[in-house]
Amino acid sequence: MPGRLKAKIVAGRHLPVMDRASDLTDAFVEVKFGNTTFKTDVYPKSLNPQWNSEWFKFEVDDEDLQDEPLQITVLDHDTYSANDAIGKVYIDIDPLLCSEAATVISGWLPIYDTIHGIRGEINVLVKVDLFNDLNRFRQSSCGVKFFCTTSIPRCYRAIMVHGFVEELVVNEDPEYQWIDRIRTPRASNEARQRLIFLMSGELQRKIGLKVLEMGGNAVVGYLQCFDLEGESGLVVRAIGTACTLEKMSTFPATATHPNNSSPSKDMKDSPQAAPSTLGCRSTHSSPVHSASSRLSQGFSISVPTLLFSGMKPRHRSSEAPRARQCRPGFGEEAPGVPLSSGPPTPLRAQTFSSFSPSKSYSRQSSSSDTELSLTPKTGMGSGGSAGKEAGPLKALLKQQTQSALEQREYPFFTLTIFPPGFLLHVGGVVSARSVKLLDRIHNPDEPETRDAWWEEIRQEIKSHAKALGCHAVVGYSESTSICEEVCILSASGTAAILSSRFMQDGPLDTEHRLSQQPLCVFSAGSERVEGDMGSSASLGFEEVVSPGCGFCHIPYDELNIPFPAQLTYCYCCRRYKVPDVLFTTIDLPTEANVTGKGCLIQARLCRTKKKAQGEGNAMAISNLLPFLEYELHTQLMNKLKLRGMNALFGLRIQISVGETMLLGLASATGVYLTALPSPGGIQIAGKTPSDITYEQHISNMQKKINDTITKNKEQYEINPPEVVEEIIGSPIPEPRQRSRLFRSHSESSDEVSEIDLSHGKKDAFVLEIDDTDAVEDIHALLTDSPTPAGFYSCNTEIMPGIQNWTSAIQMFTSVRVFRLNANLTNQGLNKIFSDLCENLLKSLYFKLRSMVPCCLCHLNFTVAIPEDELIQVAVTAVAMSFDKEQTLENGKRSGEKTLIKAITENDEQLQFNLELNAETSSPNPLGSPKGLSEVGSHPSARAPSVDYSSFADRCSSWIEQLKLKAHTIRRGSVKTTSSMEKASPLPEGRSRSLRSNRSYSGSSVAVVKMTPLSFIPGAKIIKYLGIINMFFIRETSSLREEGGVSGFLHTFIAEVFAMVRAHVAALGGNAVVSYSMKECVFMENPNKNQAQCLINVSGDAVIFVRESELELTSVQPQSATTQTSNGGEGT
Amino acid sequence: MSVELDVFVGNTTIMDKEVYQLWLNGYTVNDAVKVRIEGGVMEECEASAEVLLSDTMDQYRTFQMCERLLHHPAKLANQLLFQIPPDRQAMLIERYYAFDDSFVREVLGKKLSKGTKKDLDDVSTKTGITLKSCRRQFDNFKRVFKVVEELKGPLVENIRQHFLLPDQLARDYAAIVFFANNRFETGKKKLQYLTFQDFAFCAGQLINNWTLGAVDNMMEDMDVDLDKEFLQDLKDLKILITDKDLLDQHKSRVNNETSHPLSLVCNALRGKTNVFNEMEANFKNLSRGLVNIAAKLINAKDVRDFFIDLVEKFIEPCRSDKWTSIDMNLYLTHYTNSAHILDTFKHHAVWTRYMGVIKSCILRMYHD
Repeated sequence: MPGRLKAKIVAGRHLPVMDRASDLTDAFVEVKFGNTTFKTDVYPKSLNPQWNSEWFKFEVDDEDLQDEPLQITVLDHDTYSANDAIGKVYIDIDPLLCSEAATVISGWLPIYDTIHGIRGEINVLVKVDLFNDLNRFRQSSCGVKFFCTTSIPRCYRAIMVHGFVEELVVNEDPEYQWIDRIRTPRASNEARQRLIFLMSGELQRKIGLKVLEMGGNAVVGYLQCFDLEGESGLVVRAIGTACTLEKMSTFPATATHPNNSSPSKDMKDSPQAAPSTLGCRSTHSSPVHSASSRLSQGFSISVPTLLFSGMKPRHRSSEAPRARQCRPGFGEEAPGVPLSSGPPTPLRAQTFSSFSPSKSYSRQSSSSDTELSLTPKTGMGSGGSAGKEAGPLKALLKQQTQSALEQREYPFFTLTIFPPGFLLHVGGVVSARSVKLLDRIHNPDEPETRDAWWEEIRQEIKSHAKALGCHAVVGYSESTSICEEVCILSASGTAAILSSRFMQDGPLDTEHRLSQQPLCVFSAGSERVEGDMGSSASLGFEEVVSPGCGFCHIPYDELNIPFPAQLTYCYCCRRYKVPDVLFTTIDLPTEANVTGKGCLIQARLCRTKKKAQGEGNAMAISNLLPFLEYELHTQLMNKLKLRGMNALFGLRIQISVGETMLLGLASATGVYLTALPSPGGIQIAGKTPSDITYEQHISNMQKKINDTITKNKEQYEINPPEVVEEIIGSPIPEPRQRSRLFRSHSESSDEVSEIDLSHGKKDAFVLEIDDTDAVEDIHALLTDSPTPAGFYSCNTEIMPGIQNWTSAIQMFTSVRVFRLNANLTNQGLNKIFSDLCENLLKSLYFKLRSMVPCCLCHLNFTVAIPEDELIQVAVTAVAMSFDKEQTLENGKRSGEKTLIKAITENDEQLQFNLELNAETSSPNPLGSPKGLSEVGSHPSARAPSVDYSSFADRCSSWIEQLKLKAHTIRRGSVKTTSSMEKASPLPEGRSRSLRSNRSYSGSSVAVVKMTPLSFIPGAKIIKYLGIINMFFIRETSSLREEGGVSGFLHTFIAEVFAMVRAHVAALGGNAVVSYSMKECVFMENPNKNQAQCLINVSGDAVIFVRESELELTSVQPQSATTQTSNGGEGT
Repeated sequence: MSVELDVFVGNTTIMDKEVYQLWLNGYTVNDAVKVRIEGGVMEECEASAEVLLSDTMDQYRTFQMCERLLHHPAKLANQLLFQIPPDRQAMLIERYYAFDDSFVREVLGKKLSKGTKKDLDDVSTKTGITLKSCRRQFDNFKRVFKVVEELKGPLVENIRQHFLLPDQLARDYAAIVFFANNRFETGKKKLQYLTFQDFAFCAGQLINNWTLGAVDNMMEDMDVDLDKEFLQDLKDLKILITDKDLLDQHKSRVNNETSHPLSLVCNALRGKTNVFNEMEANFKNLSRGLVNIAAKLINAKDVRDFFIDLVEKFIEPCRSDKWTSIDMNLYLTHYTNSAHILDTFKHHAVWTRYMGVIKSCILRMYHD
């Protein structure tokens, strides 16, 4: 019985009228968890009932706590007939299971009904008391933190990145069960909502178990998807990157330490590190222990100058030392005992052993095979020695090594932004698709089929990466598209080489140690490749290379390029080779040298397909896929050249299947990487140079293209420094243009793999006009309308060249459904599809014109073919405005530094209190769950409460403003206020108690920001409260009355936003970051006046504080902790 | 090919003030698009008509969804569906409750009933305001009326609190409610020259001085009805015209005062002797008019005719004698004050309360 869940129903408001006679409602509430149900009294005749119930207590297993949602049902009491349901609230209590996340859920939550939408709100209080579970074989994984964010979360530091975790669970879809014929749509929808809640809870728990097994304490880049397979069932699957995270503590302060930091300081710091990792509640979570010991130990090594100066000489010197070296190789010393002497000699030796050889190898990259084997050896050695660190840890570490071995088959990372120095080179985009027929008979207990399918694809991805000379895949994601019984599984990522110095143990590079903050480095690979090219690991590259270009350098062997490419010497360092074009799925590294600004580039394609059934259909689709991909790639390449750019980031290719067509949409952010050669223009060549008018036509087009390129270069401020071209004379294979296609495709009928998408000579990118298709293509190329003045757009997190964001952000979702005429040609379809996307963008620009100058970031397009002749496009993005005056790069750097400083300060406050609590509650660090949960109830001992209250003040300032505006004192609601205040037994010191008290006075609702990005401009995220993962179904049988399909969906999306905001506010947060709408399935039947829609959204609930306020408020508590944080200011 | 569905939802609800106004004015989507195109927003933002149409539809839908909340502005502040910054909320409310002066003149003093609502299409054709907009305005009046009708306490304050309206707008609504409740006649031809603001001013005077709430805020009764006791007392003023002595005395006092050579004010008016002459001649009529109005106010029917009586019995005679408003002010001041010096006149309090309002109303109404 390891947990007690407590819930209290306080009040309701804005309830709907359920009794026509009295125009009132006799409401009561059922609180259900698992199989236990409690009821409140009936509050008669009121639309604003005040139940103020007792605490309902559920004593449950923590396994159930993870799987089950708390279900609150509001009903209208009826004496003579059955009680009518008003609506439900599902509360995911997962955030309460992790001590570092939220401690209480309290606030107004919308009461939701799948038929009527939001029907009033209910005020609830939910708490969880967790007990220790010493059972090693338990099935729960409480305490593992989940993040949707695809980078190391802002207030954490990665101690270790363990690698890929995946899981899937399957079940029957209630919508397709026989019982669905006899139950109401409401019952069916609710069954589905509940099931998906349960399944995602279970999935999260299972992933959590895997993470614990691997020795991690968190999942970053958690991506959960639903496959609605219709009759064959419902699949919920998730992937993520297991990490060991540590809340940021005083360590960044070491940035100012002299390179040989004094041991005394280490002594002071290391004990602080230990309590900070106590967030992990699990008692068998020795990784925490080992992490902290490693930490202090790593710290004691006193930042090896040697390593760092060698690694990144020109990189922000202030940050380099912060990257503490955590090699377990030095674990020979007892853990936690700081070395009083300087860096031990083994360090140097080891450094050399891992780096100098690689240097030489990389120079003559032929012998790279040896190198690869060398790296793991180093890792293995260190792993072994780590085992000696402490006796009890031995077993665990062994376990870790084992899991590392198991995991090595997928060295995948769902991260798209990396700590500096983690990612060395990028080979290029790797992707794999496979067409499957869904099996009719389905056994929920055997998800093996689906597992096997994904396994196949992952293996393929892995082999592609290998072919590119890379040992890892970053920015990895998986998706499906289902139409009837056909399912396309896709996976894509970016082949990359990761730094060996982050590798921990295991013969392969699955485990990595990180020592740094989320700042990013990576690179991009130009072409996709296949073929065997002898693995290479050019680990030494980084040594004398500025981080701005290092990631561009080719990871593969230039003598054995498996695909045609133009290599040149890097335009930054002039030492290493770079390709002419780079495509990647990851985000643009912040330190990348970029010329000018970037822009969104989309390739859009429609292909008709004959209607078919079963096997034949799958065949037809898999035959079409390679062509589709090839054309998308060509379009991307052309558009990239047209904009005078040479690299794509955040590439996402989505292929959607319908009964009579396939839809392809590739989105990416184009940039001009300074390190890469300037792209050549586009030349048009006619096939039949006989006709004079034809010639003229051609030259006209050529002129247009040239003009567009010039205009684009101007718009995106691309004016690279002129450099003498020096194409390497090395034996680069002759470009075999567009010839080597679909090689691996022939390997299996239902699998499509890499395509060799090469392009011509660099300077003369020739487009041949040999038929009308090509003419159309070129026209299409030119019809892409430019973004209006003052706007920029990208699908990545940040826009190169723009730093000074203001705090104005506007997240939005836009959905369009387009009905096509029958019998369209491919061209016609293409044009329609392309126009659809273009018009949608234009509409967005128009809508957001008041925010100019602004950038649409993270433009995420999702296409679907909901039924025949319908195309659905959904976009979620955030518009962020910025100041026109561009600050210099320096300005940004220093800004970042203050950011880090701010973190330091803040963490210190938290740290400080944690210690206090640890002392008061339990001397045993493993007893932390209790101690930590108490933090919340000790407001007086909690320095950061200052920040919180200021935040609450800001929230309430809205109220003030409104009051002022309306000149009102709201005397009317005195009655409510008093009774509500009685009813809110919130711990003081919590921001919410303040806020909600205010909101009781009926004045305002807390503002919750939402953004698909991992950060909020001008603000510091001080706490992650847990993952938000919500699934809603809405159905109507009075479509016309609700304003048609648009009115219906508009309301529904607004409701989803409202529910997300309310749940975040109830957790005590004021923003959702990394928000995404992963599913939006819309179905209509206008003849029956019906429509149904399913939406799945996710994100991370956070508390942020404006930087300006942070500075103000942190002054006071800072003084208390200055001594421990000395030097923090000096940065 | 057609766009089947097109929605845009922002985390912060985006609302264009211009489109909001068009919506409030009752324009159809297509008309609104036309107006916007003429307004030149397209050139400004490099947009096409399609984009404009999509945007307008979207905004209209948003407003329709919000309308339900706007009916209870207090709900707008604590609803969760739309995240709207407070300044926007205030704007939405203010504009939703704003009304056209030409419209309100048509319904001012009328019963806010279904019957009146049925006649709105006539009002619409007469004023050129769309029927939709007329209905919104009418419904607003009715809604405010219904809410405050039952409430105790100061009328303006109640409206301000329940509908979160800015001060001026709350006062205007108080006037509308007051007029509707007392059914003052405002539609007669002779009253056509008066603007809504004239009436609103007068309503303010009446509310502040003649209602029960004016005497005692804590009273159970409200601001909407006139103080019955006071109206009863007004009958006593009749003595001023029925008692011949008093009338003469009053007249001579007023004349003395107005034509007193030492009176600074009068010096300026000396030249206009004819005005004084006429004043003297008309004194009995004018005084009789005002006192009769007072005496009759106890009858509900005569209350309705209050304004028309003021115009017929006082303003029109003065206007035909070409009094200036300064003359009028002077006359009324002395007329009021001199009554207090009359030996046998006892009803000073009632007189002051009555004449204070009458004076300010007449002064406000005395224009072309």
